Amino acid sequence: MHELSAAQEIVEILHQYLPNPKPDSVKSIKIIVGKMSNILPDSLTFCFEAITSDTSLKGAKLEIIETPVIINCSNCGKAFEIELMLFTCPVCGNNKIKIVSGTDLLVNEIELFD
Amino acid sequence: MSVITVERKVLEKNDAIAQQNREAFREKNLFTMNLVSSPGSGKTSLIEKTIHYTKNKFNVAVIEGDVQTSLDAERVVAYGVPVVQIITQGACHLEAGLVRDAFGKIEKNNFEVLFIENVGNLVCPAGYDLGEDLKVVIVSTTEGDDKPLKYPAMFRNASALIINKIDLVPYVNCSLETLMKNALSINPSLKVFKTSCTTEEGIEEWCGWIESKIKR
Repeated sequence: MHELSAAQEIVEILHQYLPNPKPDSVKSIKIIVGKMSNILPDSLTFCFEAITSDTSLKGAKLEIIETPVIINCSNCGKAFEIELMLFTCPVCGNNKIKIVSGTDLLVNEIELFD
Repeated sequence: MSVITVERKVLEKNDAIAQQNREAFREKNLFTMNLVSSPGSGKTSLIEKTIHYTKNKFNVAVIEGDVQTSLDAERVVAYGVPVVQIITQGACHLEAGLVRDAFGKIEKNNFEVLFIENVGNLVCPAGYDLGEDLKVVIVSTTEGDDKPLKYPAMFRNASALIINKIDLVPYVNCSLETLMKNALSINPSLKVFKTSCTTEEGIEEWCGWIESKIKR
């Protein structure tokens, strides 16, 4: 359940941009969640709603964009998107690979109602 | 509709404190390991054996992380080394700020190796940098040989793997060969040790590796 502490960090970052948000002023917060970031989107949404329900952020939606895990083979140099966490190059079978994407956990942008 | 561009890491505060920890550890020339595993795989036993085996070679300090109780710290303090217990009160992982505060309580002592025993959990601790030199993941044979495939982020982020309780292999459904193959498929650069804290097999090799990492 470290989604709870991640949700608390998201609220803290929000407050750095909007120290005193007016009720119903924040429409959504775009979050980038890599598929290897160990964060469950549903659980993060649940925690965020739970900790903001009595605050002026109530109703703000987390818009979660999941990014795939992309590996780069250090042998043949090709990049691949992988579904399962099997870190082997699908072309040459080499397992010396670099993860180039899919571990991110970012607050991307905040969208406000006009 | 107005949009505020943020582009910031959710865990940036933890990462910043972890970096401060890393600098504090470096200043003291420490070799620091973050021990991660599921509950009951033998993290505390391994620390006990390591202290016992290396008491004439180098000095160890321990930061213990648990959800509740100071039972682990009480075990380790019996060996006469500096130890501080973090009780996370339900949280499933250690964060860099907790480690910073704990380190402040023992840093005046004389030691070269610091163990940070994380909360028993193969998921959440993977995402939190504590400022350690490296993560050591421990998996015991009683957990079966499929754990690396089920928790790839943890095995990917670790530098060393300890397969513990190898004395129990004849009695459990776990192939050491399959376990190693699975772990190395996730992370080919893992340094692997096979240990038993009961028979003490493999403990000497593990302690020798730690000694080779000490910054003097």
